[in-house]
Parts: sequence; C-alpha cells; structure tokens
Amino acid sequence: MGVRLPPFQALLDEHGNDVYRFLVASLGREEADDSFQETFISALRAYPRLRDASNLRSWLFTIAHRKAIDAHRARARRAVLVEQVPEQADSGGLGLNGEPELWRAVRGLPAKQRAAVLHRYVNDLAYVDIGRVMGCSEDAARRSVHEGLKKLRTVWAT
Amino acid sequence: MGDMNELEQALRSASLPPGDAGAAAAAGKLVARAEDEGLLEVAYGSVESPFGDLLAAVTPRGLLRLSYDPRRNDAVLEQIAAKVSPRVLEAPERLDPVRRQLEEYFEGQRQKFELKLDWRLTRGFFQKILRETARVRFGELATYKQMAEAAGSPRAVRAAGNALGSNPIPIVVPCHRIVRTGGKLGGYGGQLGPYIGGPEVKQRLLELEGALDADGRPRL
Repeated sequence: MGVRLPPFQALLDEHGNDVYRFLVASLGREEADDSFQETFISALRAYPRLRDASNLRSWLFTIAHRKAIDAHRARARRAVLVEQVPEQADSGGLGLNGEPELWRAVRGLPAKQRAAVLHRYVNDLAYVDIGRVMGCSEDAARRSVHEGLKKLRTVWAT
Repeated sequence: MGDMNELEQALRSASLPPGDAGAAAAAGKLVARAEDEGLLEVAYGSVESPFGDLLAAVTPRGLLRLSYDPRRNDAVLEQIAAKVSPRVLEAPERLDPVRRQLEEYFEGQRQKFELKLDWRLTRGFFQKILRETARVRFGELATYKQMAEAAGSPRAVRAAGNALGSNPIPIVVPCHRIVRTGGKLGGYGGQLGPYIGGPEVKQRLLELEGALDADGRPRL
C-alpha cells in the first residue's frame, strides 16, 4: 500500500519555523540559514521514497539534527585550524528571545545533552521521538535530557 | 525542584523575535536551490483572472493545472502530490509565462497559447477528448458529439462531457468552446452546457472570443 505524502510545501509551511528555531538555538543565526537549506534539500531529495508519513515532524528533525551535528563538526575543524574558537560560536541561540545566559549555557553543553535538551524543550518532541531523532533508546534520550538539565541548573540557579 | 521548573519554562519559551523573517527568507532561497538540483518537480502559485485568482501548477514538462475554486486549492495540491510528484513547492515566479499569456488573452491580445502542456493528470479516453479539445481554435465552437466523434467514439457523448468536466487545464485547453448540440434551452448549464468554472464564466469567455451572437446564442 502506497503512503499518501502531502505536498512538500505543506511540510515547509507547518514545520519550517520550528526547524529554523531549532537550528538557531543549536548553531546561531549565521549557520542556521545554511543548515536550514541543507535540511530541506535533503528532505526534498528523500521525500518521494519515504515509506512512513505518520510522523513527518520527527523525520524532519532527524535530518535537521544531523545537519546541526555536521555544522558543529565543521566549526570544530575550523577552530582547530585557526587555533581559537571563532567569534560566532558564542552566538548560539542568541537569535532567540529570552535569556542570553541560558542559551550560551545550552551551547556549552556536550553535544548529546545539548541536542536532547533542545529536542525536548524547544522542539517539544516526546522522548520516544527524541530517541528516534538521535538514534538512541528512549531511556538514553531521557537520561541525556536529565543530565543536560542538571548541568544547566548549576549555571541557571546562581 | 522549583528552579528546575523555572529552567524548563525558560527553555520552553524559546521563540524567534516576533516578525522574524529568518525562516521565510531561508525558505525562499530553497526554490532556486531545489531547481538547480533537479528537485523542483511541481511549482505552483496563483495567477489573476477576471474571475478571481486561479491556482496554477507547472512542471518541467509544461502547464499541469489551472484551478478556479480557491476553496479546493489544498485538495488540488494533494491530488498533484499523489498523482505526479510530492515534490511540490510554492514558486510563483515560475508561473510568469503562464501569467503573462493569460493576461494577454483576457485583454483580447492573444488568441493562441504558446505553452507546453503536462497531461499527466488525465488519461485514456478523457485525455483523448481533451487533446482534441485543445485543437478547437479561438472563436470557434464544437459540440460534445463532435468531440466524441473526433476521439473515435461517436456514441460516447456523455463520457465526452465527463472528460470536459474533469479538464485539469481549463481556459488553455478550451473546454469552454464545447457546447450543446442544437438550440435547446434549459437544463444544467443552460444552452451553452455546463462548465468547470460555472456557466457564467463559460459565457464570458465565449463573449470575449466573439463566439456568441447578439442574443447570446452560440454561433455554431
């Protein structure tokens, strides 16, 4: 039985803003733009072959998650080359409303915890979906969120 | 535990500044990139007409769809996604040639559309009838019966009517030029026969083309 896929534009309309917000929180504004393109071009390329249309939101976040990891790695490589952390690494999440200190702290979390915290609270994904997006178990996802929060609290509670 | 909740709240309330255009701008760049990579399989947008905005969709093969009823836009796009390709993106600038030619037509400056057509939304006998219909020229009229004959099935007059009623590319595939045999008035759609955009629209298109006499009867 074939899957009934909505027109791709409907995904963009429905989830584009949220994916963009996740990428801004994760990478900062400058890099969010490129990663957004990469995310949706990859999604568009794979879309017709998709066999399960029941959770398109977490499918998109799975792709965005990987693109964010790619961007973080590319940044780390650049940082090694110039032997200093580039300026914009500090702007992670600062394109978002709210607490700049908090977003700076989120940016400073280990990759897994950072991603898990963003998926849980910014993207509002259920633990089972976070596991799916990150390629780990639901329990591991819950643990990463918990550890991330614990670390953030030490900064936040001051 | 109190600050944990506060922390969670602060994380949850993450939002882009109001009116932030970042996502829209990023999405806008997507169309060009998709096209470069051969991933823009259906582009759609709206085009103006004297009868309100039409939804138009094109593919690399040509014009795929024109639709009169804006309330059906979602359904039309879903059908396209299912039957042609789900790689459907809003890209109004890709409709420029269609927009320009329709504008010229409605202003009485154009009698023939020079647009490639993508016939994938219709098949079999219906497509045969519609391809015959595409040959009826500006200002000329034909009957449902003639269309059935031209398609090689002279008795399939009703089926010819159904084919015209399913026309995915009205105006450009001029199903409005197909009218009832004889001068009988009354019945659905009146003397001119039914039309996908409503009988009034059919009448106005035929008036524009000078295909009706002074009494509003088709010059058959």
